[in-house]
Amino acid sequence: MATAHGAAHDHHAHGHDDHTPTGIKRWLYSTNHKDIGTMYLVFSIFAALIGAGFSVYMRLELMQPGVQYFNGADGTPDGHFWNTVVTAHGLIMVFFVVMPGLIGGFGNWFVPLMIGAPDMAFPRMNNISFWLLPPAFILLLMSALIGGGVGTGWTIYPPLTINQGAGMDLAIFSLHIAGASSILGAINFITTILNMRAPGMTLHRMPLFAWSVLVTAFLLLLALPVLAGAITMLLTDRNFGTSFFKAEGGGDPTLFLNLFWFFGHPEVYIMILPAFGIISHIISTFARKPIFGYLGMAYAMVAIGVVGFVVWAHHMYTVGMDVDTRAYFVAATMVIAVPTGVKIFSWIATMWGGSIRLTIPMLWAIGFIFLFTVGGVTGVVLANAGVDYSLHNTYYVIAHFHYVLSLGAVFGMFAGFYYWIGKMSGRQYPEWAAQVHFWVTFVAVNLTFFPMHFSGLAGMPRHYVDYPDAMAHWNYLSSIGAFLSFGSTIFWLIFVVFGTLLFGRKVGANYWGEGATTLEWTVSSPPPYHTFEELPHISPTAHH
Amino acid sequence: MVVKRVLGVLGLLAAMAGFGIAAPAQAQKVIGVPHDWQLNFPPPYTPIMERVESLHDLLLVIITLICVFVLLLLVYAVWRFHAGRNPTPTTVTHNTLLEIAWTIIPILILVVIAIPSFRLLYYSDKATDAALTVKVTGHQWYWSYNYPDQGDFTIESRMLSEADRAKTKPQVPRLLAVDEEMVIPANTVVRIIGTAEGGSMHGWTVPGFGIKKTVIPGRLNEGWISVKEEGLYFGQCSQICGQNHSFMPIGIRVVSKADFDKWVADKKKAAGLAPATDVASATAPANR
Repeated sequence: MATAHGAAHDHHAHGHDDHTPTGIKRWLYSTNHKDIGTMYLVFSIFAALIGAGFSVYMRLELMQPGVQYFNGADGTPDGHFWNTVVTAHGLIMVFFVVMPGLIGGFGNWFVPLMIGAPDMAFPRMNNISFWLLPPAFILLLMSALIGGGVGTGWTIYPPLTINQGAGMDLAIFSLHIAGASSILGAINFITTILNMRAPGMTLHRMPLFAWSVLVTAFLLLLALPVLAGAITMLLTDRNFGTSFFKAEGGGDPTLFLNLFWFFGHPEVYIMILPAFGIISHIISTFARKPIFGYLGMAYAMVAIGVVGFVVWAHHMYTVGMDVDTRAYFVAATMVIAVPTGVKIFSWIATMWGGSIRLTIPMLWAIGFIFLFTVGGVTGVVLANAGVDYSLHNTYYVIAHFHYVLSLGAVFGMFAGFYYWIGKMSGRQYPEWAAQVHFWVTFVAVNLTFFPMHFSGLAGMPRHYVDYPDAMAHWNYLSSIGAFLSFGSTIFWLIFVVFGTLLFGRKVGANYWGEGATTLEWTVSSPPPYHTFEELPHISPTAHH
Repeated sequence: MVVKRVLGVLGLLAAMAGFGIAAPAQAQKVIGVPHDWQLNFPPPYTPIMERVESLHDLLLVIITLICVFVLLLLVYAVWRFHAGRNPTPTTVTHNTLLEIAWTIIPILILVVIAIPSFRLLYYSDKATDAALTVKVTGHQWYWSYNYPDQGDFTIESRMLSEADRAKTKPQVPRLLAVDEEMVIPANTVVRIIGTAEGGSMHGWTVPGFGIKKTVIPGRLNEGWISVKEEGLYFGQCSQICGQNHSFMPIGIRVVSKADFDKWVADKKKAAGLAPATDVASATAPANR
C-alpha cells in the first residue's frame, strides 16, 4: 500500500546484530517486538493444542449417544466434569489462542514493521504484556483441577459461578491477569500506531492490518475493564458476602449478563478484526492489485467496532428483557451486517480484474471469505429475536460462532502464518504439506460444524454430555470431522512448521513479488534484530 | 427398527395392563421428539412457531442466495482473473456507484427481514388473554409446575432413569421421559411464568413451541403457548446449570379440556391430603 524510499536498512542492522542478546536475556527480558511476537505465536500454538485436545475429548464423547468417557467413579455420568472441559475449551480458545495469536503474535510482529516504526512504543510494557499470559494460563488450567473445576461455560453466569468450588476463584484471577495483559497490549498498540508511523504515513495511508489492530486495541481498552469489574463483583459475591448478583440478597444475576456481554460482544470482534486485516493484505497481494475501496474497508472496521458496543443484549433475548428493548437490539444487530457486507464485497472486488495466484495464503483467504459469509448469515438469522427463541443455546449457535471464529479467526491465523512465515523465519513452507493441510482442514472443519446447524434446528441444546438417540448421525459426522481437523493440525505442526524451520527454502526480502507492497517486504527475511533505525519515508503519491 | 417398534408396542401394552389408571397417559401420542437425520425445525405445534417457521423459511432462502452469490463471485473471479488468464491486473480501486449499491442493497434486504421479525417478536411476547397460568420453576435438577388458577397445587417433574423409562414409558426416547409431565389443555392459551430456585439458571423450552425462557432466581420471565394437537412433547434444559444439566428434560402432556379438568381434580385431591412438594421429594426417584 505504500512504497518506502531509502529503505536499505540491512547494513545498519548488521552492526547491531552483534549486540543481539541470547538465552534468558533475549527471551525472558525481551523488549523486541519481533521476539515478543514470536513468543506470543509459540504460546498460542501451545495453548491451541491443549484447547483442541479438549474439543477432541468432547467429540469422542459425543460421537455416540450414551456416556462413554465422562463417567464418574460411581459409573454415572459426570456432567460437572463435562462442563469443566467445555469451559476450559472455550476460555482457552478465546483468551489464550485467538487473542495472543492474532493480536499478540501477528500484531507485535507486523504492526511496527508495517508502519515503519523501530519497535513498539513501550517495549518493556510489551514484555510484561506477554509474560502475564503464562501465569494466567497456568491459573486457568489449575482452575480445572482444583475444587472440582469450573463447570459453568465460558460465559460464567451467576448464580452457578457463585456456587462453584475454589477453582472458580482461580479462573476469575486468571481472567483478571489475562485482561490486564490485553489492556497493556492495547495501550501499547494505540500509542504505537498513533505516534510512531513513519513520516508521510497518515492514518489514511496506513495498511489495513494496522487499522484492524488499532480498532481492536480500542475495543480491548473499552471492553476488558467492564469484564474486570463484573468478575471482581463475582469474586466478592463468592468470598466477601456482597450480593451484586445474588437474588436472595437483592442482587440480580441478569446484571452480570449485561456486564459480561458488554465485554463479550466486542470480544468476538476483537477476535475477528485482526483476521480481517490479514485477509485484506493477502487478497491484495495475490490479486496483484491494491485493496478495493481502502477507506470503506478501514471505516467498515471502525463501524463494526462502534456498533459492536451497542448490540450486546442479543446474547440474552431469552432472559425476559422488555420487548421494546429486544426490538432495539434486533435492529442494532442487523445493522452490523452492512459494514460486514461492505468488507466481503470489497475483497471480491479486489480480486475482480486482478491477476490472481492461488498460493496457500490465498487459498486460506478465499476459504475465509466464503466460510465467514456462511457464519455471518446465520448470525443474521439469530439476530431475529423471535427466531432466536427456538435456536438460543442450541447447536445452531455453536455452528454459527464456530463458522465465524473457528473457520473465520482461525483461517485468518493460518492465512497469516503462511503469508508471513517466510518473513518471520527466512524460510518458505513446503508447498505439498501446505496443500495437504489446507484441503484436509477445509473439508474437516465443514464436516465438523455444518451438521451442527441441523442438530441445532432439531433442538439439541449445548453443554450436553448425552443426547437423544435421534441426534446420533449428525453428531457422528461432527466427531469424524473434529478428529480429521485435529489430525490435520498435528500434520501442520510436524510437516509445515518444523518442515519450514528445519528444511525450508531460504527466501529474500519480498518473496511474494510485485503484489506485496507494505513496508515489511522492504526488510530482509528474517528482518534484522532492529529494523527502521533510519525511518522510511512514505511518498505522498503512494497508492493504497 | 421394526423389531424395536414391535417391542415398544408390546411394552406399551404391558404397561397399560400393569397400570390400569395410568393407561390414558401411556396411550398419549408421542409428538414432540427429534427424528433421525432431522434437517430443520420440527413441525410447528403452536401459532407462534408457525410464524417462526415462516420467517425462518424466508431467512433460509435469503441466506442461501447470499452464500451462493458470494460463492459464485469467488469462483468466477478465481477462474476469470487467474494470473494465467489475466496476466495484467487492472488498477481500478474505486467505484462509487458499486460501493453505494453494496451498502444500500443489504440495508433493503434487512428491512425485508426486519418487518416480519418485529411482528413476530411482539406477537410472541406476552399472552393477551390467557385461559390459565402455569408457573414453571427450574431446580437443580428438575422442574416444578405450579397451577395458581386451579387451586395452587404444584407438581414436580424429574427425568426417569433408563430402567424406569423402559418399564413405564418405553415409547418416549431415552433422556426425554419424565415421571410427571406438565399437563395443559389443547388449543388453549397458557401463560408461562418462569423462575428458578437455588444455585443456577435454567432454560425452559420445547422445540416446535417457539418459546425459550431462561429462568433466573429472583426474576419472573413471561411467555405463552397454545398447543394445537393433543399428545406428548419434550424439550431439554437449555441453560447450563451444573452436574445434571443434560438430565432434566421438559415433558408436556397436552390433553382435551375434559381430561385436563379430571387431571386437575385428581391433583387437587392429592394436594389436599398432603402438600405435593413433600410427597414428591420424599419419594423422589434418582436424578438420572
